[in-house]
Amino acid sequence: MTKHVRRVAIVGGIRIPFARQNGPYAQASNQDMLTTTLQALVDKYSLSNVTIGEVAAGAVLKHSRDFNLTRESVLGTTLAADTPAFDVQQACGTSLETTILLAGKIALGQIDSAIAGGVDTTSDAPIGVNEDLRKILLELNRSKSAADRLKAAAKIRPQMIVPNIPGNMEPRTGLSMGEHAAIMAKEWGVTREEQDELTVRSHRHLAAAYDTGFMGDLVTPYLGLERDQNLRPDSSIEKLAKLKPVFGGPEGTMTAGNSTPLSDGASCVLLATEEWAKARGLPILAYFVDGQVSAVDHVHKHEGLLMAPTVAVSQLIDRNGLTLQDFDIYEIHEAFASQVLCTLKAWEDPVYCKERLGRKTAMGSIPVEKINPHGGSLGAGHPFGATGARLVAALAKGLHAKGSGSRGLISVCAAGGLGVTAILEA
Amino acid sequence: MADRYTDIVNTPIGKAIVKQFGLPSPIPLERYKPGQPVTSGPVLLGGAPGGRLAPELTKILKAIDAETYTPLVDDLRIAAAAADLDAKIFNAEVAGAELKFKGLVFDATGIKSPAELNALWAFFSPTIRRVKTCGRVIVLGTTPELCKDPEEHVAQRALEGFTRSFAKEVKKAATCQLVYVAPKAENQIESTVRFFLSPKSAYVSAQVVRISAGKASPKLDWDKPLVGKVALVTGAARGIGEAMAHTLARDGAHVIVLDVPQAAEAAAAVAADIGGSDLAVDITALDAPKVIADYLLKSHGGVDIVVHNAGITRDKTLGRMKQEVWDLVIAINLQAIHQIDTMLVALDVLREGGRIVAVSSIAGIAGNFGQTNYGTSKAGVIGVVNAYAPLAAKSGRTLNAVAPGFIETQMTAAIPLTIREAGRRMNSMSQGGLPVDVAETVAWFASPASGGVNGNVVRVCGQSLIGA
Repeated sequence: MTKHVRRVAIVGGIRIPFARQNGPYAQASNQDMLTTTLQALVDKYSLSNVTIGEVAAGAVLKHSRDFNLTRESVLGTTLAADTPAFDVQQACGTSLETTILLAGKIALGQIDSAIAGGVDTTSDAPIGVNEDLRKILLELNRSKSAADRLKAAAKIRPQMIVPNIPGNMEPRTGLSMGEHAAIMAKEWGVTREEQDELTVRSHRHLAAAYDTGFMGDLVTPYLGLERDQNLRPDSSIEKLAKLKPVFGGPEGTMTAGNSTPLSDGASCVLLATEEWAKARGLPILAYFVDGQVSAVDHVHKHEGLLMAPTVAVSQLIDRNGLTLQDFDIYEIHEAFASQVLCTLKAWEDPVYCKERLGRKTAMGSIPVEKINPHGGSLGAGHPFGATGARLVAALAKGLHAKGSGSRGLISVCAAGGLGVTAILEA
Repeated sequence: MADRYTDIVNTPIGKAIVKQFGLPSPIPLERYKPGQPVTSGPVLLGGAPGGRLAPELTKILKAIDAETYTPLVDDLRIAAAAADLDAKIFNAEVAGAELKFKGLVFDATGIKSPAELNALWAFFSPTIRRVKTCGRVIVLGTTPELCKDPEEHVAQRALEGFTRSFAKEVKKAATCQLVYVAPKAENQIESTVRFFLSPKSAYVSAQVVRISAGKASPKLDWDKPLVGKVALVTGAARGIGEAMAHTLARDGAHVIVLDVPQAAEAAAAVAADIGGSDLAVDITALDAPKVIADYLLKSHGGVDIVVHNAGITRDKTLGRMKQEVWDLVIAINLQAIHQIDTMLVALDVLREGGRIVAVSSIAGIAGNFGQTNYGTSKAGVIGVVNAYAPLAAKSGRTLNAVAPGFIETQMTAAIPLTIREAGRRMNSMSQGGLPVDVAETVAWFASPASGGVNGNVVRVCGQSLIGA
């Protein structure tokens, strides 16, 4: 038993550029992308033949054959082959959750080093056999006699060729993530202009991060892509204004521009104790302080599906004796521009803060320039499993640049009414 | 008495004909049924920046459990949170067309200059078409005469033109009122806001009510606000008076049904119906005030609510009118009020917190052909309110009047058809009111929570064009 909690250092992270669905990574599997990304981290921090305490990663859209995706990916790198690994699947929160889990293990003295990551492909998505056909095939498999097999096979019908394609539908509401975000946008009175403005900022900040070299060691080229494919540095309110709504009906405010596109990509970060990092001469960009995962009841109470980060952050700052204004950088995952705006409005609203969060006063507002200063998911794209680690890596680097004592907040909304959040400090 | 036209136009064929010929199309008014909530739909609360009523309004909306929306404005949201009111957010720019409101409540006390009146436009322009059928609109301002700054006085006075015009434009049998709240009278508005939000005010529209400061109102059972109160209603054997007796009894009062000896049987029947008492007195008799006072003291230990409803018409053009007819109408409709009130106060029969309600008439405001006597008496009733309300306030009592417009009664049924139809249709509701509409207004004046409602003359006329 360790006697005290240890500080968890964030050495740094890396990712491959994110691609749009059926783009340059159309032929790449989750394992291909994750292996490449892990190897890039190994190369960046000279980890060949090093045994890491544990590696945790995961994907949302996953083939059943990838049951040990992370371990198999580790075996494909030059990390010592005796590096253990496990998979996590927590929708869009996946690789922030792996970070939280591994940071906990380091803090408790169970391991000294760890790699947290995530990956997703919407191009190489698993397609399931038609559910009726699947049942017949299983029955066929169970049949003992030729007659039984024939009987089972006779049930197959032509329409059963239609496969089971994964969708981003909420199982308990039957609504897509976008439809849920559209409901929230309406509830909070979020306008099209606000969303488009936030979208333009996301693209411009990310473009600037590339241009100034901030992204230089955070991204490694892959399959001919050097920057995120979705990035449009010349994005403008005027251009975005021309897009038709895709969610919320013809009067809706959400477009393909102010919603993240389906994307492919992978990312990972290296965590360690201070001693482990120093012993290898590795930098420490920031420290992991705390993490909080919360959920809302979108099923019975009809709470906003993507509002859970408001709850998680409220609990997280209280536990750490902080206010919402005590951060220098806010990395808020931009699933949809409207989701970010709803979250910000909720924190500013005395009614929501009292009725939903049980607070005496509103949490207050955040200066817009502190939000996603190096770009967000709207610009970069959003491979579900990879976004969390992207945020951790970018925030750690951003805080390091701001200097010792600076503090950052990460907020990620996820399917199922989940909110995954964390605090880092330099 | 039945308004067949309204019945017919609300059939499918009737609706088509009305549309074709541009005829008035009255919508059946929703009226209050005991036990139902104050409002049956969402309420949108807005306000000009710097208003002072949001804390009280949000408390009331919480108390009546209204599904409330507000714009995402700090004043309103902070007030809502403090009142524990889980208010939803309204942004006209993105709200779906399906979102409609049963009530619009606007705190205009923040308007300090004519330029700031555009807050009315900003709030109501995108919402007037979102008002549901039989919707309720309330604008609350500061009593102009009590504004220290002339600019503010002007701006607040201007509100009246807005609410009266809005009431004509809103249609769909919706109503719109202006409530002037004196400085420091914020805690006096609840009974008025409840009344104007509820179906109880079905036939009251485009009215201006002034609320003055006073003692905080007692905690009330809002379903039975008059429990333990004794109410006297004159002329209560039939018509509007009978409705008053029923409504006050519904609200918990013990009602004394007073009428002339000729109507004693009918009065006794009404009293039996509502578990009240009956008293046969000719209020023009010289000893009537004393008889009434003695009865109230002896049988009930005093009285809390006095409703001067008894009234008669004796129509004749002035040249042909006999003096007895003139005198009789003035005696019953006007003089009796003053005589009875004076006696009740002198003998200390009217208890602390007492409520006097007189019945005026639209004829007292606009005048009527053939009603010089009646019009004089009913205008005199307004004079009674103006003259005595300040005195009443000094002793913690209130004095108000209700002025009915066209109400469907035996009296109005006797009017010749063409004149009757004109009276019925020439108002914003395109129909006559019912006795209960007058009675509900009286019950609002009578409420223990209406201590700040003093010196008002409120018309129950569906915003009649006559005398407007």
